[in-house]
Amino acid sequence: MEVLLVSLLNGLVYGMLLFMLASGLTLIFSMMGVLNFAHASMYMLGAYFAYSVSRLIGFWPALVVAPILCGVLGALIEMYALRRVHRNGHIAELLFTVGLAFIIEKSVQMAWGLLPVPYRVPPVLDRALFHVYGSNFHAYRGFMLLISVLMFFAIWLLLTRTRIGLVIQAALTHPEMVGALGHNVPRVFTIVFAGGSVLAGLAGVIGGNYLVTEPSMAATMGPIVFVVVVFGGLGSLAGCFIASLIMGLVQTFAVVLDVSFADLLARLGVTVTSSTPLAELLTIPLPRVGALLPYLMLVLVLLIKPRGLMGTRDT
Amino acid sequence: MSEGVVGTTATPLAAGRAGGLVRRQWPWLATLAFALVVPWFFFDWTTGRHSGFVVAMLSQIGIMIIFSLSYNMLMGQAGLLSFGHAVLLGLGGYVTAHVVTASKAGGLPLPLEITPLVGGLGGLFFAILLGYFATKQRATAFAMITLGIGELVTACALMFQTFFGGEGGVSTNRMTGHSLFGLSYSGSIQVYYLIVGWTAISIVLMLLLTRTPLGRMANACRDNFERAQFVGYDPRLVRFFQFALSGFFAGIAGALYTLTYEIVTYDTVSAPMSANALLMTYIGGVGAFAGPVIGAVLIVLLQSWVSLLSNSWLVYAGVLFILMVTFAPGGIAGLVQMHGPIWRAGRLGRLAGPYLRLLPPALLVMLGFVLVIELCSFLTIGAAQGKSLTVGHVTIDPRGTVPWIAAALLLGAGGLWLRAAMRGFAAAWSAVTDEIKAAGARV
Repeated sequence: MEVLLVSLLNGLVYGMLLFMLASGLTLIFSMMGVLNFAHASMYMLGAYFAYSVSRLIGFWPALVVAPILCGVLGALIEMYALRRVHRNGHIAELLFTVGLAFIIEKSVQMAWGLLPVPYRVPPVLDRALFHVYGSNFHAYRGFMLLISVLMFFAIWLLLTRTRIGLVIQAALTHPEMVGALGHNVPRVFTIVFAGGSVLAGLAGVIGGNYLVTEPSMAATMGPIVFVVVVFGGLGSLAGCFIASLIMGLVQTFAVVLDVSFADLLARLGVTVTSSTPLAELLTIPLPRVGALLPYLMLVLVLLIKPRGLMGTRDT
Repeated sequence: MSEGVVGTTATPLAAGRAGGLVRRQWPWLATLAFALVVPWFFFDWTTGRHSGFVVAMLSQIGIMIIFSLSYNMLMGQAGLLSFGHAVLLGLGGYVTAHVVTASKAGGLPLPLEITPLVGGLGGLFFAILLGYFATKQRATAFAMITLGIGELVTACALMFQTFFGGEGGVSTNRMTGHSLFGLSYSGSIQVYYLIVGWTAISIVLMLLLTRTPLGRMANACRDNFERAQFVGYDPRLVRFFQFALSGFFAGIAGALYTLTYEIVTYDTVSAPMSANALLMTYIGGVGAFAGPVIGAVLIVLLQSWVSLLSNSWLVYAGVLFILMVTFAPGGIAGLVQMHGPIWRAGRLGRLAGPYLRLLPPALLVMLGFVLVIELCSFLTIGAAQGKSLTVGHVTIDPRGTVPWIAAALLLGAGGLWLRAAMRGFAAAWSAVTDEIKAAGARV
């Protein structure tokens, strides 16, 4: 029971972190049709910026400064590079972001070194918030949850209650029509790209010290975020939200539940020995399969529902 | 897309007429002849041995040519962007490793020359299996499914011992004692010639495939799959066949990989290998059949030489890639094709001057850029590894201000000069093309 509750909370924290990354990506992907491979790189840059800034002026200013830096970088990339590549078609755009992810990863290695940097949780939050059945719930996790919930409401208010939010929503499903109505769609694109980068940067700031800040963090997070976006479906923030939570919970529970098919069969009275056919497959414990589950889910959902969970448009 | 994008020319292959064949396909034959003799340029007569580095690099080039050409069967010819093509290469390699080991143990007397075919059949089998699912979708959904399959297979390769050997991979011994020509394959030069042979066979087969109805329908489905449907073809079936055949050739590349290195690990199925295929194919040019060949040669050369000289080879590859995507979406082959009409009009000489004027500023910018990257890299990574930046006999201190100022000057001044030279070049280019158009109108 206590394992269940703690895992539920941890899964929620991880899921919200995923949502922070995926929401920006889903907006960019749905509006511009660009699968932005450099999105996770922005997350990594957010963590590294926060590390450097927090060494100079502390964690709290870094919480604001680092995402803004990412946003500015995102805006510059969109205005001066992506817009030019746009003429060469969607594949060229996608490949551009692949190259960008390459360069950002190597630049980070050159600027901050190959090893993880000691980006730590601020001391104020480095304590237990409360105890559940004898295990601690860390205060920083509570803080992450708070930030991501605040961000969720901020996005929701921005998209439903402001003018630019309505234009963005309209452009999600009917970009040509929005352009025809006289809105400056390229500027909306820049805003969305910069906004997505801000969110990714923010996820990096609060995720970098929770996980590890290292040059490979973009490569490990990137595919998972893709899975979330495609799984949730294009053009649907709600689908993205649900997919993030599902993915966070699945990955957390897969690590905790130490069972395999063999255990399941043992309950049914069948014992698996090394001579049983497919013994290797049957005795693999679930935690080892955990990293594999998101991709399995991705392939399955695309085969059954190519639009994703709640997608409104074809991918 | 217009018909100009369709890469291969529609000339029927002049089989049986050797003269016509030589005249039409001389670049291929010249490349083949060059590939056959090039190891002997690096032959050390005092020790009687080939340069190991060169032979390894050439073998790598051969393998990557097959791999990137098979990738272009999807990307260039069928318009299918795959992020998991390495899966087919790696699985072909694993199959080969097991077959060669069985052959060595005496179970089946299979000549080593035939084993790439086994690898190809392995690739074909897995391509049929995975392609059945993946080709249900097209465009981005297809790309995401292949991404998922790639990650799945990589995870499986690390997880299962019996077939994949876990993290250690599967090692084998190519000296099975079974050979059609009585060769032992103890030295890498013998394997190199085996690779040349299979590369030539694969190139011919893939070139012929582009001229079959399947190759043509793949192009049609790429350009407009709805119209292809109206003509009465099932685009999904076309995608499936194209995927399966592409898997066959990727499997051959994987088999040759196994024979060269005598070990297959999870690296061969993982995402960096798939990205490599994408990089080679796109930089070479997806629009022309020969594009991926150019890309494979260039990337392997860069990879081998630049990675010897510099830590930051991936930055250069990334920048090259971004520049190609931004300014030359047709790749190197596309750039060459752009000069075709000018060459045929006999006016290529007019562009020599403008090209020469581009060269010095371009070199300056490149030098400045390389200096910046190397200075950054030596400030952190190099310092951690205890290396120092030396050019010739001069050691450059990355902490000093002089090299940084020099780099900034090179970049700034070179950049401005390059911009001016670019303008001049653009003017010369449009003047020449206008002239050709005017001449064409007069005729």
